[in-house]
Amino acid sequence: MDQVGVIEIKKSVFADNEQDANALRAELKQKGVYLLNLMSSPGSGKTTTLIQTINRIKDKIRVAVMEADIDSDVDAIKIKEATGIESIQLHTGGMCHLDAEMTRQGLDNLTLENTDLAILENVGNLVCPAEFDTGSCRNAMILSVPEGHDKPLKYPLMFSICDVVVINKIDVMPYFDFDLEKCTEYIHMRNPKAKVIPICAKTGEGVDAFAQWLLDEVHEWKNQ
Amino acid sequence: MHELGIVFYIIRDVKEVAEQNNVKRISKVTMDIGEVSTVIPEYLKDCWRWAADKEEVLRGCELEVNTLPAVSFCEDCRKEFPTVAHGKTCPHCSGGNTYLLRGNEVEIRDIEVYSNEQ
Repeated sequence: MDQVGVIEIKKSVFADNEQDANALRAELKQKGVYLLNLMSSPGSGKTTTLIQTINRIKDKIRVAVMEADIDSDVDAIKIKEATGIESIQLHTGGMCHLDAEMTRQGLDNLTLENTDLAILENVGNLVCPAEFDTGSCRNAMILSVPEGHDKPLKYPLMFSICDVVVINKIDVMPYFDFDLEKCTEYIHMRNPKAKVIPICAKTGEGVDAFAQWLLDEVHEWKNQ
Repeated sequence: MHELGIVFYIIRDVKEVAEQNNVKRISKVTMDIGEVSTVIPEYLKDCWRWAADKEEVLRGCELEVNTLPAVSFCEDCRKEFPTVAHGKTCPHCSGGNTYLLRGNEVEIRDIEVYSNEQ
């Protein structure tokens, strides 16, 4: 006869991912590769911001990009054409985020020995990517002006885990009721240490500051 | 929206436990889910039905969700309060210097199983 019983598990479903993420970070540290996890809503200008930023730093450090989307490879092709750097496309198979294991699989397809900075462009989404540690050294997000300055109130977790918040499309600020000061205040309510960098990826305004932040970060990571 | 991803995590974890314990079939999985974990129990159950029935050991397996209340703590007046009703503002002293004590859990509590007789 079959035996019926109850097995107690008492385990967070995120425990394994956190372990994988920490192992990946340690490995990247050893290899001297800095991994940035870049998040945002769809349409905030992630790819355009990346192209502008990469073209400012690619002569100083070796950069590679992983584009994560549910489908298509338009972003990876766009990055490669506009910057000439190594760029690959990851498909999440319908999932709304990347976890540490998927990030590792992506990194396996990059030539890491020729990479100082690997940028992971996460799936456009302000909810789920915030829940899953990818193993990155830092989290960054882009908030664009048309989305409104109250986003940090609506998506608290995303803003609380980001080390830097890039505010994009500042050229259209006069057409939207976007209050940069209030937005910064809301971001700091969630994370007092977050760095806020206003830019316009289309005109290039402010991109130097983000590029410099990345260069400093990569330099520090390699020399720690 | 990320419920399906969480279901895949649960399936991976309970299948591992089943293998270790010589379990033939899992008839029920009980989850402890915090009120502010951002996991919506109804979505989780829908995703569960779709994904669990594709696994031999989990076919027909029920997913029970036990909701845990969210509680915050106020640094200013050192009192606790229910998070969902009051958000980040303390109802005792109106202070904003508060943080979440509990309520964001996404945990597998236990599984009900049929084992092969030893």
